Amino acid sequence: MAQAVSSRMALARYLLLRFVLIIPTVFILVTVVFFFMRIIGDPITASLGGRLPPDEIWARKEAAGYNDPILVQYGRYLWGILHGDFGRTTDNQAVSTILINYGPATAELVFWGLIVALAVGIPLGRLAARKYNKGADIAIRSFAVLFYAAPVFFVALLLKLVFSIWLGWLPVSGRASPRIQTLLESGVQTNTHVYILNALQYGEWWVIQDVLLHAILPGLALGLLTAGVFIRLIRINLLQTMRADYVTAARARGVPEKKVVSKHAFRNALIPVVTVMGMEIALMLGGAILTETTFEWQGLGYWLSQYLLKRDFVAVQGITTAIAVLIAVASFLIDAINALVDPRVRY
Amino acid sequence: MSTLALDTADFGNVLQPASPKGKFRLPGVALIQTTHGLQRVMLLTGIVIVAIFLIVAICAPWLAPYGFAQIFQPQQAMSTTHPLGTTVGGFDVLSRIIYGARTAVEVILLAVALSIVVGVPLGVISGYLAGWLDRVLVLVMDALYAFPSLLMAIVVSIMINQGRSGGFTGILSAAVAITVIFVPQYFRVTRNATMAAKVEPYVDAARVAGAKSPRIMFGHILPNVSQSIPVLMTLNAAESILTLAGLGFLGFGIEPNSAAEWGYDLNKARSDIANGIWWTAVFPGAAIVLIVVGVTLIGESLNDVLNPLLRTRGGTTTADEQELVEVVETSEEASQTNEETSQEEDES
Repeated sequence: MAQAVSSRMALARYLLLRFVLIIPTVFILVTVVFFFMRIIGDPITASLGGRLPPDEIWARKEAAGYNDPILVQYGRYLWGILHGDFGRTTDNQAVSTILINYGPATAELVFWGLIVALAVGIPLGRLAARKYNKGADIAIRSFAVLFYAAPVFFVALLLKLVFSIWLGWLPVSGRASPRIQTLLESGVQTNTHVYILNALQYGEWWVIQDVLLHAILPGLALGLLTAGVFIRLIRINLLQTMRADYVTAARARGVPEKKVVSKHAFRNALIPVVTVMGMEIALMLGGAILTETTFEWQGLGYWLSQYLLKRDFVAVQGITTAIAVLIAVASFLIDAINALVDPRVRY
Repeated sequence: MSTLALDTADFGNVLQPASPKGKFRLPGVALIQTTHGLQRVMLLTGIVIVAIFLIVAICAPWLAPYGFAQIFQPQQAMSTTHPLGTTVGGFDVLSRIIYGARTAVEVILLAVALSIVVGVPLGVISGYLAGWLDRVLVLVMDALYAFPSLLMAIVVSIMINQGRSGGFTGILSAAVAITVIFVPQYFRVTRNATMAAKVEPYVDAARVAGAKSPRIMFGHILPNVSQSIPVLMTLNAAESILTLAGLGFLGFGIEPNSAAEWGYDLNKARSDIANGIWWTAVFPGAAIVLIVVGVTLIGESLNDVLNPLLRTRGGTTTADEQELVEVVETSEEASQTNEETSQEEDES
């Protein structure tokens, strides 16, 4: 009893500490991004410089507060972020609106990618470990290295070439067909901006089907990138746990090998995957920028690349900062899940 | 995780097999000798691929049929005059690929050199002095490491040249952008190695003999912790190629007239894909995949051979796993008999 209480205390303390650590992480990233992007110049000169007369630019800078000392601007920026204000783009859109409208699209893509990564990574990793150093193992590992080495946008282009252009099976780009997209954006009661949820709300199969068909290629491109990591991880952890004493003990008791792998070794080999998933989120968000750009999947990454081309650095800074917050929170959640599942983490 | 976990391994014996100063043995030879079987095949394959790319990069002007900025009639199919066709911008695909190897090598060398110059001393100072400086640095480096590398590269490239780049500044800005991503890794590895090294007797001896902190750090500790760097270098080289290509793909890399860059070519090939023109995308992409595979193979092999701590984390055959083979194989045999017996039981 007393032990249970102290263990719960330890968990609470761990979670609290871990939560408090989010603050310096986000603060450091926001600061670094802010100063990196402002060292050279202000966003207005960057986007409009040369296209407007100098005094006009000066007036705009004055209005937006870019003529103030950099530290004042920094303080104002931090204050704004605390209130959920990430600045305004040069076409006078609130960055926070962009985040709300397109953030869910990115989350949806990462979700599909994660499903592909788990669906491909776990069985293949398991197979590779069971067929250790045989043909299947070597083939699977080569596959993992190949997908690690292939840039996600190249894989995306190839998938598009084969399945959309040559075979014509799947849509070339976008999150849904234009007609269905308007339906999904305006025809549902609560617009979650996550198309699959909207489609489920709408409840018609042809709408759901359209959304799913559009998600296959982007999900595959992003998922295969991550699957390579999962394959290696599962394989190596399974090999390790297969050596553990309790597995040997299970074998000695005469438990069939299939059962040893599935019941005894495999579950424990999955624990590190949860940990690594936290770190993979950064990788997947980086990959999502490129995947979205390739498939014109209108999420944060797609708009980030659009604003980059327009040299709208307020938008870039806002989206970048938001992603930093997202990663810090996500990694906290993953650590929390990990601590709940695995008592060893808490101490 | 995998790269940060390099920590405090002792690489000394393999990299420089107890030879007196001045008599330097080619590190590769000793390295290949320590490998065997599949691992040696992987290492040699990697070395061959990287060697080919280095040769191509160095000899680009003689190997390429045309200049990288020379313009022809756009979107030509493959022919004898243009072996891999031409791009939508009218560039010769083969020439762009060959010159692209040169750009990639330049950026990697610059990025890796810069990250070592910045990251390693910081790591030594942080690890040796410890205290609040160490804590702050660790926190900052961890935060930077958690951030998507491509985003950080974008931010840095904006800082350096507002995203516009030509000639050497393009290569420099890509390299610096990549450097910012790698500094935390070098920092982490050297810091941890320094923490372990600073309690060694030779450091105490130096201190007793009256050596000052800077001398101890850079005269005594640095040479001893620097052995963990080659592995990280190869692993990073692979990542820097991908980052460079990613920057180029987003239109943030190097201008096409100042250097050939594969990521930029892939970006321009997007519209070709829609028209079924595949050669402008497939060949530069394949070049990226090939060089990254080559570098990764070397990195993984190095990792396994030089870092026994990582053996169980890496993906390649090691002595440690050799043991496992026996375990797994015997267990599989056992499982077959087990399954047979269980089937018999089911039948009965």
